[in-house]
Amino acid sequence: MNKSLMWRMLLVAAVVVTALIIFLPSLPDVRGSLPTWWPGNKINLGLDLQGGMHLIYQVESDKAVESFTGRLASSISNEAATKKIVLAGVKQTSPTTIEADVQNPADMDRLLSIASDLGVLDKVSQEGNKVVFALKNAEAARIKKNAVTQAVETIRNRIDQFGVAEPVIVQQGTDQILIQLPGVKDTQRALDLIGKTAQLEFKMLDETTQLTPPLPDSVPASDADSVLAQYKDKIPAGDEILFQRIVDHSTGAISKRPYLVKKDAIMTGDVLQEARMGISPRTKEAEVDFKLDPTGARIFDQATAANVGKRMAIILDNNVYSAPVIRERISGGSGSISGNFTEAEAKDLAIVLRAGALPAPLKPLQNLTVGPTLGSDSIQAGKKAIILGTLLVVIFMAVYYKLSGVIADFAVILNVVVLIGALALLNATLTLPGLAGILLTIGMGVDSNVLIFERIREELRTGKTVRAAIDGGYNKAFTTVLDSHVTTLITAAVLFQFGTGPIKGFAVSLSLGIMINLFTALVGTKVVFDLWTSRKKLEKLSI
Amino acid sequence: MELIKKTNIDFLGLRKVAFAISLVLSSLGIICLVMIAMGRANMGIDFTGGASANLVFAKPVQLEKARAALDAAGFRDAEIQSFTDKTKLFVRVKKLNIPVEQVIGRIQAAFTKAFPDNPSRVDSSSAIGPTIGKSLQTTALWAIILSFAGIIIYIWFRFEWKFGIAATVATLHDVLTVLGVFFVLHKEITLLVVTALLTLAGYSLTDTVVVFDRIRENLKMRQKEGLMDIINLSINEVLSRTVVTSLTVFLAVLSLFIFGGQVLHDFAFAMLCGVVVGTYSSVFVASPILYVWRGKKGSRLIKVSMLTKQPVKEGSAKSLAASPVGSVSQSSVKTVSSEAGQPVSEPNPSGQSVSAQTSRKGKSAKGKKSKKARAKA
Repeated sequence: MNKSLMWRMLLVAAVVVTALIIFLPSLPDVRGSLPTWWPGNKINLGLDLQGGMHLIYQVESDKAVESFTGRLASSISNEAATKKIVLAGVKQTSPTTIEADVQNPADMDRLLSIASDLGVLDKVSQEGNKVVFALKNAEAARIKKNAVTQAVETIRNRIDQFGVAEPVIVQQGTDQILIQLPGVKDTQRALDLIGKTAQLEFKMLDETTQLTPPLPDSVPASDADSVLAQYKDKIPAGDEILFQRIVDHSTGAISKRPYLVKKDAIMTGDVLQEARMGISPRTKEAEVDFKLDPTGARIFDQATAANVGKRMAIILDNNVYSAPVIRERISGGSGSISGNFTEAEAKDLAIVLRAGALPAPLKPLQNLTVGPTLGSDSIQAGKKAIILGTLLVVIFMAVYYKLSGVIADFAVILNVVVLIGALALLNATLTLPGLAGILLTIGMGVDSNVLIFERIREELRTGKTVRAAIDGGYNKAFTTVLDSHVTTLITAAVLFQFGTGPIKGFAVSLSLGIMINLFTALVGTKVVFDLWTSRKKLEKLSI
Repeated sequence: MELIKKTNIDFLGLRKVAFAISLVLSSLGIICLVMIAMGRANMGIDFTGGASANLVFAKPVQLEKARAALDAAGFRDAEIQSFTDKTKLFVRVKKLNIPVEQVIGRIQAAFTKAFPDNPSRVDSSSAIGPTIGKSLQTTALWAIILSFAGIIIYIWFRFEWKFGIAATVATLHDVLTVLGVFFVLHKEITLLVVTALLTLAGYSLTDTVVVFDRIRENLKMRQKEGLMDIINLSINEVLSRTVVTSLTVFLAVLSLFIFGGQVLHDFAFAMLCGVVVGTYSSVFVASPILYVWRGKKGSRLIKVSMLTKQPVKEGSAKSLAASPVGSVSQSSVKTVSSEAGQPVSEPNPSGQSVSAQTSRKGKSAKGKKSKKARAKA
């Protein structure tokens, strides 16, 4: 045996052993019986195989800008009030503009300086007593950008507390968030958890304004819009109508109770320190108990002291959850939100309140949910196809090229084992199209040997010896084999770059498989042939 | 074993029939492309936006009632399929006019209302907003453009330009044909189908490369024969490997088609069609184009520098020079004679015979090309 053959044999043996070692943990039946020191990971399964959710949301970051401008408008009005500037009105006229009216033209300069002190407003126009400010573009862009990164953070917090193994939460493009939750079973709960803005607000009810006719006690859910339309021009500036959702437990009917509340919130959810599910001692229903941070506690203390006997609405995402009467000054900084919750609902609400509000609402763009049944069905179908497909190819090769075909079959099996080992090693994700890619690798990979064998047959026909024919076949077929792989690799590379999750999996297994094939089909089989022919001089080759 | 023994088929003689068939097949694909551009093709919901769901019922469901239930819920053009003793339903809705997050819930609600005593659960679902569909369309388009660019650049780098064009046309033909088949069968063009189309674009070249390699080899070896004979001979020589390589892939994909499950079904179908068409086109499209496009008298299919790399047997040069030959070999005659040390009698318009000689010394601009030729040899 010559030296080169020795080295090549060692190389092939090393690859086979390494691949087997890495490959074994991916077999579920074998995995359990392997010792703990065994290296290698289990292969990652894509969402389409193990089940789970693949979600894309768009952060409506314009809304974050809009509410920021709204807060600027109220700080202008507050600041003006403290500086004794009488304003005829301050209102937000568009997502980024604020219009202010001074009663006394002499106050205009002071108003302008209030606005410029905020540092983020430009004066757009000034006519008489009226001035229009607009949010600086750079500021709007910064708010939008922050809204997205903050939304990613918030969702990550929520998911972490919900408990999902290996979630993926990443920003995609300028304003999209991609969320992958493998293995999630309660999909609706997960959706509710992510999608809830969770903007908690405490607002006082306006109990002094008498509306004519008075607000109805409750309306069917579908009539809520008409109530809003009916009172649109009757409610005082600075007030708004919000609804409480009431579910009749016996009939399941949903009705809505309107409340007239002050627009300006006493405080919002960002002063929350802690929130957890509790059971109301009075009604024995699930509720969310919360505790405020020191700032919140102080605000709450002052607000309750000033409003004893009045009602305060606890509002989440513009829905009134309860509107209790403040019986006494509350200085401990803790309270509870009740609202006909089930325990799970209360638990999840506590999670979203703890994780904080989203800076802007989310708009779902895509929701792919794969149930665990479909996932395992797919794995079964994929396995079956791979096993039977491999069998078909292997049998064909053995019949068509006899012993040489068997050598090619050895290469095919080696190809698959190394491929799966490589996938595990690279921590790549195996998807359903990825399984198809493995099968394609088998079909295309064996082509390399077909090309070589046909060439060997041709050489034999010209009367060359077995050794010469084999060497000639390998040499002459080499470029053709390479060529036939390159174009497949090109498309695989493009698919990898552009493909979504499952397609990426396809590109990975196909391209890896084809590259490994160059080794198994060219080096691997050649070693076997050389070994075969080095022992004795073959008169006839079984091909 | 040999599937195909030594053959001697006049493939080029069949070229007119083949061109006619191919023209029809690829026209279908072009029609399909036009329909896609007009938004009237049967595109998958990954491109158009929409929703689909797999529902599992406790008891069998009648398809008509299920359809009526969806109709009543406002899903007019929903498609329904049932699987395994009618307890599994697959529902697909295109063009959503309600928010993405509500679709699946509404579909399920419609069934709960219509079959109050037959509870169902959603096993898997996808709801895709139009925004995502749009961006996927753009992505897919880029992927197609880039793969083709990549493939074309590679072929052109690897072969002379006429081979390159012929291979490119054959590849396009394969993709268009499969697209046409999908169009005729009114099958949905999903992201996975596009993936299959790109994969087969890459793969269908394999056979073409095999045939072209042989043609090029024979052009060098058998310079006295006519182009038509050389091409026919080359195809016949490699016919069995062209068929066998395709057959192995076909077998693998066939297994995927039969056993691979619902999700991969169309993908496997596209690949199956592609493998068959790819084999056909390498023989009946790519090679005949090469022949038809052999060009004017005096132009060459392969670079002279490549011809000169091939050792010419003594004596053959003389007989070559004397024999009346076709356009290709005629051009080679000049080089061959100059190889043989005879003075180049007429001025060569492109100066190629000169460069052929310098390339042998390995210092001309043609050095790159001759390196390729060396690899080939």
